[in-house]
Amino acid sequence: MSEETDCPSAAPTKPNLRFTIPSDFKFSCDVQQQIMAEVDKHGYCESARFAIMLALEEAIVNAIKHGNQFDIRKSVYIEADVTAQSTRITVEDEGPGFDRCSVPDPRARENLEKCSGRGILLIEAYMTRVEWTNKGKRLTMYRVNEPDAEEAVGCVA
Amino acid sequence: MPETTTPSLVVNEQKGINICEFTCSKILDETNIKEIGDVLGALIERREYPKILLDFANVDHLSSAALGMLINANNRLRQRNGQLRLCKIRPQILEVFAITKLNKLFRILSTRDEALESFTH
Repeated sequence: MSEETDCPSAAPTKPNLRFTIPSDFKFSCDVQQQIMAEVDKHGYCESARFAIMLALEEAIVNAIKHGNQFDIRKSVYIEADVTAQSTRITVEDEGPGFDRCSVPDPRARENLEKCSGRGILLIEAYMTRVEWTNKGKRLTMYRVNEPDAEEAVGCVA
Repeated sequence: MPETTTPSLVVNEQKGINICEFTCSKILDETNIKEIGDVLGALIERREYPKILLDFANVDHLSSAALGMLINANNRLRQRNGQLRLCKIRPQILEVFAITKLNKLFRILSTRDEALESFTH
């Protein structure tokens, strides 16, 4: 798949880490800690580490809050592939899905003072590449272990 | 002398300005964010023309939910003819404000002294 060859990753096909959690924030901390521990093991630069931590937090919150609507019966699936060169994280919810293109730009004047709606912007700004699949329920994001994510962020509906 | 202490925020008053220091390095957790929001809300309601200074010296991570909490506080402050200043924000966190264009919404100063001097009385 082109997204696999675009990213300079030696990621194995099977992810290092896999998690399934109910739609409750209290279950997400341990997941984030384990993924970040794996990132730390590979000695990521500070800016890449910051980017991964932020995007991971935003992605899981979105899946629980917006995707699964806090329905404890619905699960969030998280996978992480961490190598010294790059990290790939997938977060998938069991919600109805959404159209990425219909999400308003939180930087627009009329939205600037709204209290929510910035998670996707931050994910796409900080990760090297982002893909939305399965009707928006599945988010795959990549971050290279380099100080600046210079590659233009793209998204696939 | 600290006036109000919570696990997440330490508040001191100086010349009518509430100086709030975050004690947690990561403002990510929803419970934590709500707690901070509640403390700020109480400060805003306490008097007319409230003045709040947020010191971010200890903060090295925050989420969009934290930004939402700050916007909510800012909106409530404006309703009370209050003022809000942010200071000592680390470059990585400043970048988050810039990416979201919230650096245009908030008054952000480099040092606490600059922030204190910027309040109108």
